[in-house]
Amino acid sequence: MLKGIKNKAAGDMIFDAVIAFFLLFAVVVCVYPFLYVVSVSVSSGEAVNKGLVTLLPVDLNFEALKSVLAYKQLWTSYGNTIFYTVVGTVFNIVFTCLAAYPLSRKTFCFRKQMNFLLAFTMYFSGGLIPIYIVVTNLGLYNSRWSMILPVLVSAYNVMICRSAFESISEELFEEAKLEGANDILIMTRIAIPLIRPTLAVLTLYYAVARYNDFFNAMLYISDKKLEPLQLFLRRILL
Amino acid sequence: MEARKEKERGVRIKTKREERKKDWKKSLKRDKYLIIMILPVIIYYLVFCYFPMTGLWMAFTQYRIGSGLKGLYLSEFVGLKWFQQFFSSVYVWRLVRNTFLLSFYSLIFGFPIPILFAVAVTQVKRKGLQKTIQVSTYLPYFISTVVVCGMINNFLSPSGGIINQLLNKIGIDSINFLSLPEWFRSIYVISGSWQSFGFNSIIFVAAIMGISPDLYEAMRVDGANKRQVIWHLILPGIRPTIILLLIMTLGSMMSVGFEKVYLLYNSAVYETADVIQTYVYRQGIQSNNYSYAAAVGFFNSIVNFTIVFFANRLSRKITDTSIW
Repeated sequence: MLKGIKNKAAGDMIFDAVIAFFLLFAVVVCVYPFLYVVSVSVSSGEAVNKGLVTLLPVDLNFEALKSVLAYKQLWTSYGNTIFYTVVGTVFNIVFTCLAAYPLSRKTFCFRKQMNFLLAFTMYFSGGLIPIYIVVTNLGLYNSRWSMILPVLVSAYNVMICRSAFESISEELFEEAKLEGANDILIMTRIAIPLIRPTLAVLTLYYAVARYNDFFNAMLYISDKKLEPLQLFLRRILL
Repeated sequence: MEARKEKERGVRIKTKREERKKDWKKSLKRDKYLIIMILPVIIYYLVFCYFPMTGLWMAFTQYRIGSGLKGLYLSEFVGLKWFQQFFSSVYVWRLVRNTFLLSFYSLIFGFPIPILFAVAVTQVKRKGLQKTIQVSTYLPYFISTVVVCGMINNFLSPSGGIINQLLNKIGIDSINFLSLPEWFRSIYVISGSWQSFGFNSIIFVAAIMGISPDLYEAMRVDGANKRQVIWHLILPGIRPTIILLLIMTLGSMMSVGFEKVYLLYNSAVYETADVIQTYVYRQGIQSNNYSYAAAVGFFNSIVNFTIVFFANRLSRKITDTSIW
């Protein structure tokens, strides 16, 4: 009996060690590349070429950083990216709510049709070429709108937002209706404040997607004045 | 007698129809604000999703540059010419194979890691430490594809990249990873798993947290060791989540992330790297063979749709949960 317990404890210890090692490996693999990149960027070029930099900076110097920051285009691109991210995310969230709220109302007369209209786009798309032709022929080529309009709503995020609206108690809506509030008022004053946590998550999703958007920029933006950061980064990195 | 009945029925049908009409009018009036709300969304979907879908007609015509939106419908009809051209080209097998294999390996390699990680990280009992480990693994997920590819380029560079430095130290000559076709799939799959495993584990961690603590307690009292707890309690507990996610991943089998392939590949590695979407891009946007590229894209969309459709059917059968 006693031996059994000892064995068990020993087994658990080995097991813990394996798990600890695995987790350590995962963390190192995720964090190290970033540390390394930062260290390289503030080390002297000579040390980097000799392969002396492994974790911490060697011969601290900021020449590389300075030369990057001296690019005028960097600041233009950064400004553009901030614009695309902020304006794009605001549009994304507004349109997601506009789609999700009516779809969450059980009595909405077009609920079924609208659900299908959205869900179908998750499974079938016209593909790159027709979309490209439509967007460019609408005059969006080299326009800031080309970074916002083609990716206005994500059906997947609408579904998430819709189920958040659906989780609000029905009585609240009925009470508000009795008080004479219309749907627009109910949505903006009651429903949206109640699903703020979900909206925060969706804002994060959208903002990351807008900030990292490279594909649309590559397709529709060739004017350097409108170019977002990702295009600029691609030119200097790859 | 008969006639009267007929007449009565007629009246009844008529009133029913009128009633329904009245109902419609009533619900339209009741829902008018909801309709106003959703109208801009409908316009968006019609213009940017459904209009391009009808534009797929161009895959059966000879679309000429500069013929604008009208050209999508009014160009000269050529039947299945572009499809025939694609299926008889030397690239078709290479493209389908690469597209399939890149997603297949990503699935085989990338799917179990978040589960393993979630199981491991939930064994950490100190909450603060657990959160720190989790958050540090989200890091790569939020980096843009461009930056990730820049880092891959840097690390794998044959002149001074850190991987080759390590190889040199143990006496192996530098390898030019990014221009050797046999390395492309590994690079793509490993970097993809690296980027997403932390973030993808969130849902499994949540599922594990959802298992009742009483069950752990009961197993502990029965004298189970940690391995047994994981094998007999945690893994069965998150099985529904695993199956659901597996099916959802299966659905995206033929849609490889275009950006990463496009940013990492070069003509030296087309043999293993070129996928349908990059081919469509090169043919359509870069070489202006719009109709041909649209036909290839159409083929890809149909394959995707079929896969998602059956994955969904499977899901409904196995787990009672389906996406629509």
